[in-house]
Amino acid sequence: MSAPVVEARGLGKVFGTGEAETEALRGIDLEIAEGDFVSLIGPSGCGKSTLLRLIGDLVSPTTGTLVVNGKEPRQSRLDRDYGIVFQSATLLDWRSVQKNVELPLEIMDFPDAERPTRAREMLDLVQLAGFADHHPWQLSGGMQQRVAIARALAFRPALLLMDEPFGALDEMTREAMQQEVLRVWGETGTSVVFVTHSIPEAVFLSTRVVVMSPRPGRISDEIMVDLPPKRDLDTREDPRYFELVIEVREALRRGESGSSGS
Amino acid sequence: MGGANRRVARAGISILAVIVVFVLLWEGYKLIWTAMGWENPVRPDDRTMPHTWDIFLALFQPAQRNGPPFILVELRAALMTLREAFVGFLIGGAVGFGLGVLFVRSTISERAFMPYVVASQTVPIIAIAPMVVVWGGRANLPQWLSVSLIAAYLTFFPVAINTLRGLRSPHPTSMELMRSYASTPSEVLWKLQVPAAMPYIFTALKVSAAASVIGAIVGELPAGLRGGLGRDLLQFSQQFTAAPEKLFAAVLIAGLAGIAFVGLITALEHRWIGANRRLAA
Repeated sequence: MSAPVVEARGLGKVFGTGEAETEALRGIDLEIAEGDFVSLIGPSGCGKSTLLRLIGDLVSPTTGTLVVNGKEPRQSRLDRDYGIVFQSATLLDWRSVQKNVELPLEIMDFPDAERPTRAREMLDLVQLAGFADHHPWQLSGGMQQRVAIARALAFRPALLLMDEPFGALDEMTREAMQQEVLRVWGETGTSVVFVTHSIPEAVFLSTRVVVMSPRPGRISDEIMVDLPPKRDLDTREDPRYFELVIEVREALRRGESGSSGS
Repeated sequence: MGGANRRVARAGISILAVIVVFVLLWEGYKLIWTAMGWENPVRPDDRTMPHTWDIFLALFQPAQRNGPPFILVELRAALMTLREAFVGFLIGGAVGFGLGVLFVRSTISERAFMPYVVASQTVPIIAIAPMVVVWGGRANLPQWLSVSLIAAYLTFFPVAINTLRGLRSPHPTSMELMRSYASTPSEVLWKLQVPAAMPYIFTALKVSAAASVIGAIVGELPAGLRGGLGRDLLQFSQQFTAAPEKLFAAVLIAGLAGIAFVGLITALEHRWIGANRRLAA
């Protein structure tokens, strides 16, 4: 067993000072192993996105320790250890699909000759090879998000951070994208941290579901998903899948009632 | 390029239509006001409002006895003024862009300098122009360059303000994305902020193109620069009672010069920025 990709101990984050002070996260202990697919789930305000941003060094923790890929989060970001996908695809309108995927490669000084090849490989991976010369506005929301995933994986990061990536998509597209992400995960072996507020999504995708509760945000439960690794339409009808969905739902309810009492 | 041709044709038709409507209004006003004996707000006589065809014909009469036709002289003057305006436009555009970049990089510099940038535009150009001419003369700058600097004074402001707005336009998550790549500030600037700002900058450049022509025309007066539109406009306004159609004809040429410059910038905008990213205006 190799060293964990993410290791958090007593992690806390406070935004603002004085009157405007908000405690976003308190006492987070979390370990994510290489190859894991971990979902962070919880109601809005539970700090799941903040936790993701801490891992990505997009915000800094107030208390506790955090190690990403065996380093300080900042060093890990500087070493370009992770790729990130947001809820909005954040593609650059003035670049073609291919050039969007090449953006991180340009910034990371990949050789000129290698960039187009890699970008095309990635577009193959997300099954958008035929759209390389299109521009973002010519694509549907789901396709744009697939480009964002291709872009995040183009430099082969060890870790993929996803912040409610399918939150803005319709149910049908969403399920197709989930299948897509699982396939990509299977083919690349990247560890994934996936923020979501959809219980079925978390159960279907993950090896482990981390349940969070709000005010202040903390981890209230962790549920191992012991479904077979190969997941497809049948998985969604597997009795064990339904049991796990109920388990996560109950964990969320416990978390909610626990926090309103304190 | 059929689409481009059709666009040009459509623009041509609408410009022609506006001219026809304008001529009809002008001549209609003269006709009705003369018939009714009205004198307000503008007297309809040929001294105050020469016939549109007289203005048009004035373009083709010799500017001086046995000289070249008026239109040739004034087009040459317009070319000279446009050259000054263009140099001023380039200087002002560069300064404006530089200020926008400085301000987006450093909030302190924005807080320190922005009030002065805004205040600079409340000082009338006719107050600034003579100073620039005097200083330019002391520094042995060629006169036309002093005029360009005056044009630049009118140009830099819209570019600075819009560049700043454009550089700030990317969504915060786009900035986070760049941060996740550990990109340097100049990579963020050139790969994200500047391309995102281009529609804003082009909008400013169109305003600035028109302003730079005005700056050059006004600047030619205190500079005492001959051969440009400014001097001619002044001269024709002094001769207004004797030959009003000359002033109107010269104004027409000055307007066309400005339109040509703005048109050039618009063409560049269409070349560089996709239709879906262009801002209105």
